[in-house]
Amino acid sequence: MSVIVILLLPLAATVLVCLPGKSEWAAGVTVVSCLTILLFAARVAWMVSGGNSVTAALPVGMLKWIAVDGLSALILLLIAAVGSTAAIFSVGYMAQENREPRKLLLYYANYNLFIFSMLAIPMMAEPTLVWIVVELTTLCSALLVSFENNSEALEAAWKYVVLSLMGAAMALFGFLVLFAAMQAAGGGAYTWTGLVAAAPLMPPVLLQTAFLMILIGLGTKAGLVPMHTWLPDAHSQAPSPVCALLSGVETTAILYVILRLFPVMKAAPNSHAEMWALVLGLISVGVAAFLLLQVRDYKRMFAFSTVEHMGIILAAIGLGASAAGYAAMQQMVSHSMTKSFCFFAAGSALLAVETREIAAVRGLIRRSPVASLALIFGGLGIAGAPPLAVFLSEFSILKAGLTQRHYWATGLLAFFIVIAFFGVMLHINRMVFGAREGEGAVDRKEDSSGENEHRLPFSCRLTLLLAAVPVLVLGFYIPKPLQDLLTQAAAVLTK
Amino acid sequence: MSETTNQLLDNLNALAAGLFLLTAFGMVAMRQVGGCLNLFIVQSLMLAASAVLLGLRHQSEHLYGVALVNVISKPLIVPWLLRKTSPAEIYTRREIDQTLNIPTSLLIALALAILAYFLGMPLLHAVGPDFRGPNVPIGIAGLLLGAFTLTVRREAVPLLIGLLAMENGAFLTGISISRNLPLLVELAIATDGLIIVFIMGVLTRAVQKHTGTTAVGTLASLKEAAPEPSANEATQ
Repeated sequence: MSVIVILLLPLAATVLVCLPGKSEWAAGVTVVSCLTILLFAARVAWMVSGGNSVTAALPVGMLKWIAVDGLSALILLLIAAVGSTAAIFSVGYMAQENREPRKLLLYYANYNLFIFSMLAIPMMAEPTLVWIVVELTTLCSALLVSFENNSEALEAAWKYVVLSLMGAAMALFGFLVLFAAMQAAGGGAYTWTGLVAAAPLMPPVLLQTAFLMILIGLGTKAGLVPMHTWLPDAHSQAPSPVCALLSGVETTAILYVILRLFPVMKAAPNSHAEMWALVLGLISVGVAAFLLLQVRDYKRMFAFSTVEHMGIILAAIGLGASAAGYAAMQQMVSHSMTKSFCFFAAGSALLAVETREIAAVRGLIRRSPVASLALIFGGLGIAGAPPLAVFLSEFSILKAGLTQRHYWATGLLAFFIVIAFFGVMLHINRMVFGAREGEGAVDRKEDSSGENEHRLPFSCRLTLLLAAVPVLVLGFYIPKPLQDLLTQAAAVLTK
Repeated sequence: MSETTNQLLDNLNALAAGLFLLTAFGMVAMRQVGGCLNLFIVQSLMLAASAVLLGLRHQSEHLYGVALVNVISKPLIVPWLLRKTSPAEIYTRREIDQTLNIPTSLLIALALAILAYFLGMPLLHAVGPDFRGPNVPIGIAGLLLGAFTLTVRREAVPLLIGLLAMENGAFLTGISISRNLPLLVELAIATDGLIIVFIMGVLTRAVQKHTGTTAVGTLASLKEAAPEPSANEATQ
């Protein structure tokens, strides 16, 4: 039953938020709902990692539509975790600039709908239904991206919607062809597992066409180069908690849908899915690493780092072998946790200095020590410094790549990761420790208000603390249940 | 059914698909925003007609459902919703500054349609003789021409119509090769199209309020190039 509860809770929260006269409850309702979802998601993940079925209690008719295996449970857990931290961060962050209560209601209503649409992605068993909820994630988050309602946010939202939906139309074609391939192979249930079973009999032309259309179509929304152009815009213009969701889990959830096709392709004779993944992944990592060097906006910097990490995960899948499966899953977890933390840090810095321009922020350490510490920690975390979570997972991927004898690809991957490391740390170092007089760039805010220290809202500090725990702990210790879950998720991919 | 009726149904379906392709070309070239919307309505009706004809041809009641969903959602609700949400005066607007001029656009569109034919052939051979017909290549052409419309148009409504036309293209192929898709899925996809129209209408209205234009294609302040001095003033 947990599965149904997880889907119903965000919808119930949306209705509660929209009830008239209770506008001050909106934030509280959202936080409580998200935390409850996290509890249920943890329960689901626990059961799945223990080898139990969570859908056994459901009516048989529903099993055609809903299925939860190791991979689904992992993604579900990630969405619920980041959804909760971002909800707590929203409380303090959104209360800052005296917004109208109606506007805040709109924010929380959209927030809950967005959470719903993302939670539905890993649970749906029918590919076309998955496509529909993927569309819903775009549509529910469009108004969140344009929330600030200035011309830049609107431009970002517009690009986001048009490119994502264009990709989605391609993917729809792919899913329809996939259905035709299924019929040509003799039918059966059109579900992820049904597809794997039918794959060996599918006409290769249909399967290849479907795979490529879906890879390009959904790759647009996952931010793979060269379809990534909208991503830094949308992921930098949205309010910071929304950025955490977009970058931390939305991209991962979309990538999950693409990853679902790999077992299908592997079951079919001589498909080249892994080669595609490796090439597209490496291009994404490489382009994003060099773009990282020349960003001027620190939220865009983290957005480009998302493109880089999507590339790393895809390349890891492309490297093949069971080790790459496990390592890729580990990378998904560490990226979601670290990237959401980074955007909370960026949001805190934004509250303190009110500009997103890297050149305008110097000597942040004096203005807001908390935001500075968070930025350094987040920067080190996402760039892959030991002993943090991303380091461990990137190390596992490179190690797996070497044992597979993919020397060139692994070498390139390592090279790009190092470039990205320097890109991120260079900018953060300047922002935090840069001398104020240096390069004539002066922190405008500090000029007017002197050396006052900026105090972050309590909920923001709490979120930073909570979100830092997994980033730090997963770097040297992965709890046994999570390990089991990762193994199960990898088994779905590599079987 | 007799051989001649089948022949007739096949020919009628080919006619509907041909008109579908023609409207896709029209959307690339039509300058009036209102005209673009009308072309989209005709295109959706052709899609529905093709669904009915294929339904008759292959005795599939399921396709009648698809046609019904299409007739209700696209030609009726979409224009109504668009007029509700987006500013009214944009329908009378003529789009002057397309990225490419019309003859060039049409030539590229022609090349895309030929490409679609070559892309569609291997698919047709793979799905078996039961599915032969013009739907697969024309559907792919609809998809490509819709994407092309998206790249050359700048006004909000033609862009939205380009998106919906891409979906129409995917469906025109879909009704011929994956006939037994659950009706629930079709319904959900139609609803989804309506949400697209609603959200994009709301965005268009907001864009017009803030920038005084609905030529959203011309918005380009977000990039990595050297920052304009005023670019960061507005961020808060």
